[in-house]
Amino acid sequence: MNGKNTSTGKKILNLIGNNAVPIMFIIIILICLPMSGFSSTFLLNEIMNRLSRNAFLILSLLIPIMAGMGLNFGMTLGAMAAEIALIFTSDWQIWGIPGIVLATIMSIPISALLGLMCGKILNAAKGREMITSYIISFFMNGVYQLVVLYMMGSIIPITHTNIKLPRGYGVRASVDLTRIRKSLDNVLAFNVAGVRIPVMTLLIIAAMCLVIVWFRRTKLGQDMRAVGQDMEVARAAGIDVEGTRIISIVISTVLAGIGMVIYLQNMGDMATYSSHSQIGMFCIAALLVGGASVDKASIGNVFLGVILFHTMFILAPKAGAVITGNEVIGEYFRVFVSYGVITVALVMYETKKRRAKASMGAQLEAEQKEEENR
Amino acid sequence: MTEYVNESSRTTMDKIRAVMKEFGLPRLIITAFLLLMCIIAPFTGANFWTQITNVVNRFSWNAVLVLAMVPMVHSGCGLNFGLPVGIIAGLLGATLSIEWGFTGPMSFFMAIVIATPFALIFGLAYGWLLNKIKGGEMMIATYVGFSMVSFFCMMWLILPYKKPDMAWGFEGTGLRTTFPIDKYYGGVLSNFLKIQIGKLVIPTGALLFFALLAVLMWAFLHTKTGTAMTAVGSNPTFATAAGINVDKIRMLSVVMSTWLAAVGILVYEQGFGFVQLYNAPFNMALPAVSAILIGGATANKASITNVIIGTILFQGMVTMTPTVMNGLINLDISEVLRVVVSNGMILYALTRKSEVTR
Repeated sequence: MNGKNTSTGKKILNLIGNNAVPIMFIIIILICLPMSGFSSTFLLNEIMNRLSRNAFLILSLLIPIMAGMGLNFGMTLGAMAAEIALIFTSDWQIWGIPGIVLATIMSIPISALLGLMCGKILNAAKGREMITSYIISFFMNGVYQLVVLYMMGSIIPITHTNIKLPRGYGVRASVDLTRIRKSLDNVLAFNVAGVRIPVMTLLIIAAMCLVIVWFRRTKLGQDMRAVGQDMEVARAAGIDVEGTRIISIVISTVLAGIGMVIYLQNMGDMATYSSHSQIGMFCIAALLVGGASVDKASIGNVFLGVILFHTMFILAPKAGAVITGNEVIGEYFRVFVSYGVITVALVMYETKKRRAKASMGAQLEAEQKEEENR
Repeated sequence: MTEYVNESSRTTMDKIRAVMKEFGLPRLIITAFLLLMCIIAPFTGANFWTQITNVVNRFSWNAVLVLAMVPMVHSGCGLNFGLPVGIIAGLLGATLSIEWGFTGPMSFFMAIVIATPFALIFGLAYGWLLNKIKGGEMMIATYVGFSMVSFFCMMWLILPYKKPDMAWGFEGTGLRTTFPIDKYYGGVLSNFLKIQIGKLVIPTGALLFFALLAVLMWAFLHTKTGTAMTAVGSNPTFATAAGINVDKIRMLSVVMSTWLAAVGILVYEQGFGFVQLYNAPFNMALPAVSAILIGGATANKASITNVIIGTILFQGMVTMTPTVMNGLINLDISEVLRVVVSNGMILYALTRKSEVTR
């Protein structure tokens, strides 16, 4: 009886330990919720809005995790590709659904190319994928600026004066997307008790989830998991490890590009030089808040993460204002929490890896001893 | 005879090739670029000596921050992307020293004194964490730094600073994002023994201060503990076998790095003339990292020479490009160039196979 009790106790402790981050977030939200004084309709509307805005972007992170390449900070590259595509469609004055479809189609080859490059570099930095992809995103940000700020209008034709800087080349700091704003979200949308449901966007997200579930079962998906488990074993089994890794990054980048188009059509405004810079960090933080780790993430983590993370995002400034009388504190607080969550997740992953290594060593030692005893 | 000449010329070619390989292609490109800038500069109407003054000045501001990379690279903790941890300690020293009414050179000295215990505490905690996660240092260091900076964004608002020079006047709570320090330690090192010949100005004091720290670092690396640190960095298993306490040495290196970063930001501020709080420290780690890499360091090998060469090349690039580019084609792409070159350098270091396989 006693033994059973402790085992259930242990189970509960394990459950809490494994889900420490989501539980912490639920507690933060429960504390902030009554203080903010938001109505439930407002809150639900905001959450639904942000869910449809961000979920696709976060889904793009799943595949590299499956291939054992960790959190893909290089998803920023896809976001840049989408922004370049949107600059062109706005310059050509193609709006609404056609604009979105065209931007999506145009973003795909750019993201695929960037993803290919990113994958090749990451193959040269095995074991340091995350820091390398993080630096790649900074590096490509410089290249993006070079293209958008200096080459567009001078070498690459940009004509419209709403987009071009007055000096004759370069793109303005903000591109107005009012005319495609929510044009995807509004398809088939309806209200339930004051909460607007963007049906089309949700359908696209659901379809993407199904594709990911299906993809896991394909030969390529299986190969990716094998590569993620152990590269050497996978290579011995005849899998093209390098190629598989590159494909996973290309898929992730392309999905991030499509996700960014969805994100920007919801926002209705594009900060040309900063929209993409924080996107990777917030998406990764949201995924981790949903209970994912560096080597394991599911679709459930994505949705739980979006809801918890963005609820905190909505509540924090208001709660901060109530507690300290200063709304800015709440804004700093949510940035701190985002970074903090990523730090904690990375630390947990590394300690787990070390512990696994140590226990494997101990096991080997025990086996050896047994052999000697014989 | 001809054969002999051929032979010798081949060996010299080989030698040159070997030197070039040692030097690395990116470094070669950057050096060539900088030389080109030096040659073009006079034609664009920029005064050569003003340019040199700028480079020397910026060198004196940044060199200590770059020096802060050395101990952690030596002990195998990799490039210190967590530099902001030390910078925060330095900022605490700076603000508290001003808050408690110190002025002039005394405020600089006291800022270092006050920053030291913070650097120790932060360094010990940071080092303890890095010992728990050997192998994943660089990524985690980045995010520890970021968490620290964003946590202190809140602290700068909440902590009860009162000095009107630093705090928001009308509200009376929280520190300003940027404030001048002319009354305190602005230029305290740079103006000490300053030499001025025509347009060339040399901030002797700041250079001497860096030289002092660099010599101390060099001397430390040649002590018994310093050698142990290098041993831990190059081969931890061997170091353990030799009876070195790896964790303790790594901890020491992290504390040293953190303290140097704290002093480094104070030196930077005295040259720059302003204290920058809130989001400013976010962007301080990457330039320092790429500077030491440009100087020839790798993720597990760094010397004082690397620091000096790297800082000169990096700062030279940053200061020369805008003036030259502006004068030449009336187009300032220096910011973009800085981003591409500095991050490209880090990428190059991360992807080289010969380096850390940990």
